[in-house]
Amino acid sequence: MAMLEVQDIHAYYGNIQALNGISLTVEEGEIVTLIGANGAGKTSTLRTISGLLPPRKGKITLEGEDLLKYKAHEIVYKRVAMVPEGRGIFARLTVAENLDMGAFSRDDKDGIEEDRERVYELFPRMKERITQVAGTLSGGEQQMLATGRALMTHPRLLLMDEPSMGLAPVLVESIFETIQEINKEGTTILLVEQNATMALSVADRGYVVQTGEIVLHDTAANLQQNEMVQKAYLGID
Amino acid sequence: MSETNNFDYRIPLQNGLIAGVVALSVSVIGMVTLLAQRYLIAGWLTLGQVILFMAPAAMSYLAAGKAPQNNRGIALIYGFLTGLISALPLVALILLNEVIDLRQFLPNVSPALIEILTFGRGTVAGSLFLIIVTSVLGLVAAGLYLLPDRIRRPIFSGLIWTFFFGMFSEILSDRLRTFFGTDFAKLIIESKALRPVVAVTIFIVTASLSVLWSRRGDKVKGRMAKMDTKSQNRMRYGLIIFGITLMLILPLLLGTYLSEVMNMILIFALMGFGLNIVVGFAGLLDLGYVAFFAIGAYTMGVLTSTGDLGVAGMSFWLAIPICVAVSMLGGLLLGMPVLRMRGDYLAIVTLGFGEIIRILVLSDLLKPYIGGAQGLLKINKPVIVGIPLIKPDQFYYVALAGCLIAAFISYRLSQARLGRQWMAIREDEDVAEAMGIRLVNTKLLAFAIGAAFAGLAGAIFASKLTSIFPHSFNLLISINVLCMIIVGGMGSLPGVILGALALVGLPELLREFAEFRLLMYGIVLIVMMLAKPEGLWPSAIRKRELHVHDNEDYEDYPEAMAPRAETRDPGLEGPSHL
Repeated sequence: MAMLEVQDIHAYYGNIQALNGISLTVEEGEIVTLIGANGAGKTSTLRTISGLLPPRKGKITLEGEDLLKYKAHEIVYKRVAMVPEGRGIFARLTVAENLDMGAFSRDDKDGIEEDRERVYELFPRMKERITQVAGTLSGGEQQMLATGRALMTHPRLLLMDEPSMGLAPVLVESIFETIQEINKEGTTILLVEQNATMALSVADRGYVVQTGEIVLHDTAANLQQNEMVQKAYLGID
Repeated sequence: MSETNNFDYRIPLQNGLIAGVVALSVSVIGMVTLLAQRYLIAGWLTLGQVILFMAPAAMSYLAAGKAPQNNRGIALIYGFLTGLISALPLVALILLNEVIDLRQFLPNVSPALIEILTFGRGTVAGSLFLIIVTSVLGLVAAGLYLLPDRIRRPIFSGLIWTFFFGMFSEILSDRLRTFFGTDFAKLIIESKALRPVVAVTIFIVTASLSVLWSRRGDKVKGRMAKMDTKSQNRMRYGLIIFGITLMLILPLLLGTYLSEVMNMILIFALMGFGLNIVVGFAGLLDLGYVAFFAIGAYTMGVLTSTGDLGVAGMSFWLAIPICVAVSMLGGLLLGMPVLRMRGDYLAIVTLGFGEIIRILVLSDLLKPYIGGAQGLLKINKPVIVGIPLIKPDQFYYVALAGCLIAAFISYRLSQARLGRQWMAIREDEDVAEAMGIRLVNTKLLAFAIGAAFAGLAGAIFASKLTSIFPHSFNLLISINVLCMIIVGGMGSLPGVILGALALVGLPELLREFAEFRLLMYGIVLIVMMLAKPEGLWPSAIRKRELHVHDNEDYEDYPEAMAPRAETRDPGLEGPSHL
């Protein structure tokens, strides 16, 4: 059984259709990426999975259990965490307070401390800046903090929305290295990206999204070789 | 802007004209004439003159700041010219008034105003004198700007304190008479204003105190920080005990009139604590807050009135918990349908709710029960061990108790898990939800607790007045309370008290100028937002937000100052919802 199964999801913002029958699966331990242009429906897909955008039609299951019956604030107890687009950190709180908010759903003190240490290991910079106000961090550091905060929920499945957005190339590379590292430690990752080159280089499999539909699905290696993908998303003629 | 070392005629011209137009405006709307009736320093200075010359002095000060650095001459010339130019619109008014009778268009351009503007010296000589006065004032203001900070600061605080004492000299005289006798009061105050000698003394004393604090203050603070936790705690408890004692004996010091003012301040502060939870902690903009105040007041009225409309004739103490519960219920009922909305939409809906309650109270439908426009009369006063608390200085303790309870609950909540949930929701609803916070429940709790405080305030208010009328519960109350917490500092508890003192206490003491109350309100708000947007006493978190880009935040992290390749702004923007 797949860890996450999304079947034929239709979602709307008011009367505007955002998703038109998206289906995808994520197996335990994988990195799966959704690539596509602006407005294709990548973020909306993540929002339906995390409960922020209830779909009108379709089915989402996590290890066979229906996810749609849970509200957004309950999904976190199913150990699914999200790193929102544009990082969405609590800008006025300090780094430590942001991480504390990540552990809001938990009451196992030892586990929380363990995860905090793990976050500081992954992002030594966060440890240096424990007392700094998050809004004053650089873009890359904010991305680290948002990721660290999501890890504080101790997720099995991590949903990441455009982690490379607005970052310098050097930082993009280090963020993707971290993603691989988190995955190696046992967290399954569903990654939404516009930077298809980087996303496909770390992912196991990929889906191409266009106007709310999946138009292509294959292993990452095959997608990198696909002519349409090369032309449209990798910038290779 | 390019820094040149040259004289730029536009700066004094611009500043001077702005100052002149402001001075002209306060003159023709009648403010100067009305405020001139209150002397600050007997025979020397009236409040009207202060208002008139405030703008020229301030703009000259600013003009001096725009002069090229290290060029004191130009700064002084800027100040002088700004002052000079600022007098010209007033002089034009004086001369024009000679030619045609301006009173038919501008009813406030009275002989009294011209008398003030010309210092009673006739048209030509007076105009010249006015120009000289503003020019010298501009020069002095520019000079003040050039003084080093350690001299300027004491002068400012001396001026502010002297102004403060001068403004309230009538009340001061009343208090002095009560405690030290009429003779002593007459020594200090002459016909409701400070004697010049006293004014100078106050200036010197407060200025020297300011010097002393700037020299010794850091040392004292350092010594306090060095103390071990035990003696720090002892000091804190000492302060708390002192504060409580002061609050308990305050009515004895204040007398009847000031106690009455204090009661209004406390009732508004109580409402402020409630709205502070809704707006300051949880970030939900509620513009119909007065509705819960009204619900509390009318519940108290119906339950305890001994008049025709009273149903139960309950005692105050029995009715209080019911009032709180009913308003809380009102908060929940309103909250359930509207809390799914965000930001502006929530503000509009709550605004509507406030109006609905007011209109309901006025309506014929409810008239048989709550009296409509005729109001509800004969509401019970609280009674403690057989003593009815009728006089303001007795009733004070009821208002104080309500206020302290609200402050205590607010403080505990802000430190608790619920407080953190509110904080997260205020920062980013989506992320908060993704962290496992139940949005609707958390928001409803904020709404209900806020409503409960307003209901308590309403109940106390009704009992204080013993009669209530629909017009006491208009939109202005909501706005007033909101302004209070904005001026005090969003989410800050001491800020609520400061806001209530400034926006409820001051206007109450300056009742004779009530017609300009809203104007002053607007000006205060604009100036606050420009000069100190975080409020008078900001909460720690709010301070961070508005000074997030100040360099001081980086002091501990020198490497962070290095140029960065990536952008830094997205963190402060709202989340994108699509």
